[in-house]
Amino acid sequence: MSTNAKAAVKPAKPSKIGAAANYADERTGMAGLAKKQIRKVFPDHWSFMLGEIALWSFVVLLITGVFLSLWYKPSMAEVVYNGSYDALRGLHMSEAYASTLDISFDVRAGLLMRQMHHWAAMLFIAAMFVHLIRVFVTGAFRKPREINWLIGGVLLLLGILEGFAGYSLPDDLLSGTGLRIADGLVKATPVVGTYMSFFLFGGEFPGDLIIPRLYIAHVLLIPGLLLALIGAHMMLLVYQKHTQWPGPGRTNENVVGYPMMPIYAAKAGGYFFVVFGITALMGGLMSINPVWRFGPYNPAEVTAGSQPDWYMGVAEGLLRIFPGWETSIFGVTATWSVIIPGQIAPMLILTGILFYPFIEAWITGDKSEHHLLERPRNAPNRTAFLAAMMTFYGLLWAAGGNDILAVLFNLNLNHITYFMRVAIFVLPPLAFWLARRWCISLQRSDEAKLLHGYETGVIMRSPDGGYSERHAPISAEEAYTLMARDEEKVYEAPAGTDLNGVAARKVRVMQLRSKASKYWFGDNIRKPTREQLEEARAHAEHELAIQDGHTNGHSNGHADGHSNGDGRQPVRSGSHAAPAAIEGRSSTDPGSSEK
Amino acid sequence: MRLLTARLSARRRSRFAGPVVLMFALLLTGGLYTALSPASADDATSSDTDTVAKGRELFLVGCSTCHGKNGEGVDSTTGWYGPPLVGVGAASVDFQVGTGRMPLAAPGPQGADRRHVYTDEEVEALAAFVASLGPGPVVPSEEEYSPDAIPEDEREEAIVRGGEFFRTNCTACHNFAASGGALPGGKYAPTLQGVEPKHVYEAMLTGPQQMPVFSDEVLKPEEKRQIIAYLRNLEESPAYGGAQLGSYGPVSEGMAAWVFGIGACVAFAVWIASHTARSTRKGAKA
Ligand code: HEC
Ligand code: HEC
Ligand code: HEM
Repeated sequence: MSTNAKAAVKPAKPSKIGAAANYADERTGMAGLAKKQIRKVFPDHWSFMLGEIALWSFVVLLITGVFLSLWYKPSMAEVVYNGSYDALRGLHMSEAYASTLDISFDVRAGLLMRQMHHWAAMLFIAAMFVHLIRVFVTGAFRKPREINWLIGGVLLLLGILEGFAGYSLPDDLLSGTGLRIADGLVKATPVVGTYMSFFLFGGEFPGDLIIPRLYIAHVLLIPGLLLALIGAHMMLLVYQKHTQWPGPGRTNENVVGYPMMPIYAAKAGGYFFVVFGITALMGGLMSINPVWRFGPYNPAEVTAGSQPDWYMGVAEGLLRIFPGWETSIFGVTATWSVIIPGQIAPMLILTGILFYPFIEAWITGDKSEHHLLERPRNAPNRTAFLAAMMTFYGLLWAAGGNDILAVLFNLNLNHITYFMRVAIFVLPPLAFWLARRWCISLQRSDEAKLLHGYETGVIMRSPDGGYSERHAPISAEEAYTLMARDEEKVYEAPAGTDLNGVAARKVRVMQLRSKASKYWFGDNIRKPTREQLEEARAHAEHELAIQDGHTNGHSNGHADGHSNGDGRQPVRSGSHAAPAAIEGRSSTDPGSSEK
Repeated sequence: MRLLTARLSARRRSRFAGPVVLMFALLLTGGLYTALSPASADDATSSDTDTVAKGRELFLVGCSTCHGKNGEGVDSTTGWYGPPLVGVGAASVDFQVGTGRMPLAAPGPQGADRRHVYTDEEVEALAAFVASLGPGPVVPSEEEYSPDAIPEDEREEAIVRGGEFFRTNCTACHNFAASGGALPGGKYAPTLQGVEPKHVYEAMLTGPQQMPVFSDEVLKPEEKRQIIAYLRNLEESPAYGGAQLGSYGPVSEGMAAWVFGIGACVAFAVWIASHTARSTRKGAKA
């Protein structure tokens, strides 16, 4: 089946490399393992490469981070700056800040490395987000991939923490302002807040311990965890094999794509250089975190435009628009305006993300394995939920940069705040509703395509003067793709006598689940049955026969490669979509071996 | 070499060096000024009365509708109102009219419209007239505000100190790169890039709108000049890191990461995935 088999079996003269490989194989027995991995099949779609952006920018982070750590001094000891940057020379500052200035101005390529590191950090987390969105909206998190979804969620959290630790390292005004806010968040914890803050900072904020501590977290602890989890993530991916879009020849039991060697490896390896190149270009051409302009951290200073990096923007936005609520109970002040947006909300969002697959599986009652992706339109509620979450996120994001928006667009800061306070409750449901309706109308159009064919753009005039557009049946491939959907079953709570002896609480849960399930599938367009399809085809043939009778001269007009005039579909062999390689899935189909 | 100057500058910062150098500089510039200044004291008063008269005329035409005939202010409920100008001083007029804020074009949260209606002489006349209404801050002389008046060998240190003053007193509203920031109620602190040194000085002296007054007790005249020197350094120093993205900090950086970074990565992903090893790509779908 594999088109590249020729290359693989070509007898090669024993070269030096071959000899070395042989040497290694005879001692480690790796060849057997490698052969299997080399034949590993990966399906091909641009959205499957989004996770790779994250992977490769992590590699860029490792490389540039090691470079930075050669010169960076994680110390808050006070020194007098004597480097090349004139406008700060002679100032007292921490060693951390001074060494960051040295990296920027006195280390060859240091500024490039710093900027690449920071841009790669922004890309790393952004790529995890878009990757997560892809996995979510295609239902790739469904059984058996829930664990990988959980790992992904934890990776996202760790990436954000890692980024925050890095952002704090230069010890400039922005770093310090960020730490100050973090300190505020910790201190807002009722009763134990102050102790926790003292524990974290080794005394009163800012102290002189936090930078060395964050440094260890930044270069050792979190990267180690990230590396381990990324490893687990990839191993699960290889073990479970990649999901694929439905289509002719692609089933829940196989994977159609390219083998690891040489095609997929070339593509992925090439993509590394693309991501590396993009970060290098950004690092070379666009300024990021110009620490020399912020000056050393000084608790008495603050600057307009003090924002965290974008991935903390949501928390910042929530903090900015939250009304200043506070209550005092028994002498303990609970600062709700910090506790809710700063502590409770992020945890809610995180648990929501982590547990989503289980919530959805509970509603749908779906326990089967899924290796075929679901088109976003075929799961309207999931897609709509994503639309709502993205709207919510985007609004809070904008709220986090409210001052910049006000300056750029001549807006009133207070008006932005009032608007956001209402909008985060109104717009996400609106987005949900719109996206849901949109998905369902797309389902309708799919159904129409299946049953009535596609619109040819050919306008027919009947003998009595009426106009109509000619529809022609879609190709067999397309029809197959559209039909590759799961049958949906609404969960029904058992009724009446079945419930005797079941605890009332359980009954209520069952009823809730049944309601949720009804809403989940309720408005979906059922996929047509075999009878419907056959009837539709008979109808189409009849129709076309009549029409062709009237429009003899135009018979080419509608036969644009999809129909040869009589409405019968030649089932073309997939010459143009010939799969390069197919692999079976042993997990669902133990009989079929991998090819 | 650098170490040497650094050590020298450290010594210069000894307790007496500063004041002594400053005294010399002031004496020198002051002496030069009196010697070279075109108008003598007597001339000044006689030409002053002329200027005040001219300024009064201009004021009656251009400003009295809002500020009253004698600068007493006009209070009204419709919003067409100007505050009293008695005692605001020539510096305030020079700033407001010189930067094009006054005459105010339309009521609004803030006069930003930079219409330059008056010539330099007319501004001077208006300032003289308002100054005659009551004593207030005078228009600063060039050596008070111009960073060029700082002796060459002290300039670097002045810039460093100016940076410290700027970060402590101004960045909260005007942003770390002086690119401006928003204030509550639709007001904003404008960018300081491209503002003339004289107007920067006058702004500190008079505190327009939301901006606090930085009197000479709060920021000594030479400290104001140091801030101006820092601002000029900020404008003139090269963009070390590359494109500045508006100098708005992490918000514009995040925007760039998504638009250029993720945008480019996704574009390449689409490109790579669409270049398959298939014989023809027709019909390659999802
Ligand atoms: C349309 C009405 C209007 C006109 C015309 C106008 N002003 Fe004003 N002026 C205002 C208002 C309102 C303020 C206060 C708001 C502000 O500071 O921006 C003000 C403030 C000022 C101040 C600052 C006062 C302070 O407290 O420092 C000065 C000086 C001034 N005007 C001078 C002038 C001069 C000189 C003219 C004529 C060339 C003029 N204005 C024309 C409305 C006006
Ligand atoms: C509380 C906020 C605040 C602080 C602090 C502040 N300013 Fe301002 N500044 C403003 C506002 C508001 C304006 C606009 C006034 C107007 O348009 O009438 C302004 C205007 C100015 C202008 C005029 C700019 C132009 O476009 O003409 C200059 C110059 C200036 N400020 C310099 C400074 C300097 C230097 C400092 C520090 C010593 C400082 N400001 C501190 C709020 C502030
Ligand atoms: C995986 C994710 C990582 C993320 C998200 C990340 C993020 C960041 C960020 C945002 C900064 C601030 C950069 C700046 O100065 O503008 C930073 C600084 C730094 N990072 Fe990382 N980093 C990561 C991994 C690493 C690794 C693996 C190392 C080293 C082995 C490292 C070493 C450093 C050092 C030494 C600094 C301080 C130098 C400086 O600020 O100029 N980082 N990091």
